[in-house]
Amino acid sequence: MPEIQLRNVTIRNCRNLNLTIKDGEYFVIVGETGAGKTTLLNMIAGVEAYTGSVLIDDVDVNPLPPFKRGVGYLFQELALFPHLSVMANIGFGLRAQGYPKNVMAQKISFLLELMQIRHLAGRYPHQISGGEKKRVALARSLAPSPKTLLLDEPTSGLDPRTATHLSTELHDILKKLGVTTVHVTHDLKEAARISDRIALMANGSIEQVAIPAAFFFDPANTSVAEFIKMPNILEGRHPGLLRPAT
Amino acid sequence: MKTPAFLKNLWSGNLNLWKIVPVILFFTLWELAARYGPFAGSAVFPPFSAVLLEMAALFKSGVMMKNFASTLGRVLAGLCIGTVSGIGVGMLMGWQEKVYQSLSPIISLLYPIPALGWLPLLMLWIGINETLPVAIISIGVFFPLCYNTAGGIRSVDPKMIHAAHILGASEKRILFQVILPNAAPQIFTGLKLSSGMSWRMVLAAEMVAIPTGLGALIMKAESLMRVDIIMSSLVILSLMCLSFEKILGVMERKLIGDWTDNA
Repeated sequence: MPEIQLRNVTIRNCRNLNLTIKDGEYFVIVGETGAGKTTLLNMIAGVEAYTGSVLIDDVDVNPLPPFKRGVGYLFQELALFPHLSVMANIGFGLRAQGYPKNVMAQKISFLLELMQIRHLAGRYPHQISGGEKKRVALARSLAPSPKTLLLDEPTSGLDPRTATHLSTELHDILKKLGVTTVHVTHDLKEAARISDRIALMANGSIEQVAIPAAFFFDPANTSVAEFIKMPNILEGRHPGLLRPAT
Repeated sequence: MKTPAFLKNLWSGNLNLWKIVPVILFFTLWELAARYGPFAGSAVFPPFSAVLLEMAALFKSGVMMKNFASTLGRVLAGLCIGTVSGIGVGMLMGWQEKVYQSLSPIISLLYPIPALGWLPLLMLWIGINETLPVAIISIGVFFPLCYNTAGGIRSVDPKMIHAAHILGASEKRILFQVILPNAAPQIFTGLKLSSGMSWRMVLAAEMVAIPTGLGALIMKAESLMRVDIIMSSLVILSLMCLSFEKILGVMERKLIGDWTDNA
């Protein structure tokens, strides 16, 4: 399982980002719209050009094309192929990477079962619901057995009950598979429920990285406190920060 | 008592009367107007039945078949050349940004020229022969198809292309298995437009410059004041335009109907 490291990575409004995501960790990134969360995922996946270094398992993956980085990516828009059936969507990556037919069939069957979408195998994306589409997209990104999975708002657009159910299920499945996961969301409750660690991004920078308890009860600065809607934010001065008397 | 199938269909709406009745009404009015209207008995406005009879006579004598075959051959040749070149150049323009940037201004300049505007030039360049109508149809078909193909390819969701890249697909696989299928609805729109247009263009080219084909037959009939022959030729032309569009519609449904709204 890989450890992901970002070293002084810069792209558009995200400047000098430094971050380490541990092996097998379920890492959640929260932040307002436009904070740079999706951009950060795009950098890790290699679908957008950036400066600085992205290391996966201590290997600099900057020169590697997206599919050689060993990452799966669940786009917020899902980007399912509308002209392919559910089964063909899941098998697309396997076919592209030249898996033998019997291995392909086994993997597709396993994923259909795992995501509980066997009954949808022959349908096209426009014939299934939003929640089902998310499961199909997730199965497609898991098919080539990525070591890291990037999830961009996987529960957006779903009703609260389905969203809770799906995010919990996602967490359990990915933990069971041992996949290092970076999950972007703006739902704080979801982040608190499923994350090993949470990071807050605001205006292109990472404000705090912490375990959920520390994140919610010991915010690093006012941006974090405001984001988590801390009820009491009082202005004050710390004695240690006072200018020494001259 | 068993309800007749006709009434059942009528009741359930399967038999679309709103489509059939106006057509029947149109031909009935034509027949009545020609028989009892101000032009009754005149050769300039023959009844529909007379047109049908003349059409049958022309087919029987072989005149219509010979001219129709010439026109059909030209349309098919022009349509094939225009389609292959239009889709080919459109694919290049849609797939390669630099090709798009380079060719787009030239195409934008040439596209607005009506296909028939090329006729005098082509008559001088290639002469009055079989190549002329084929060339004019190819030009007329090329531009809408090129535009629709390039537009269709460029409108494919970039996220879908990113997803294919991440899943390990080669550029060739992405082009043929992701981009082209998703651009297909727009390409079919271009094809349907072009197929109708090709019949209109061949008729004009034959009327102006070529001595054979439906267009030429119409011109000869005009000089002989044979309105029934003119109308017969126009009916054939109209039916062919409609048939080509229907055939393409069926192909579209077969190829992409499963995953689009055309199912």
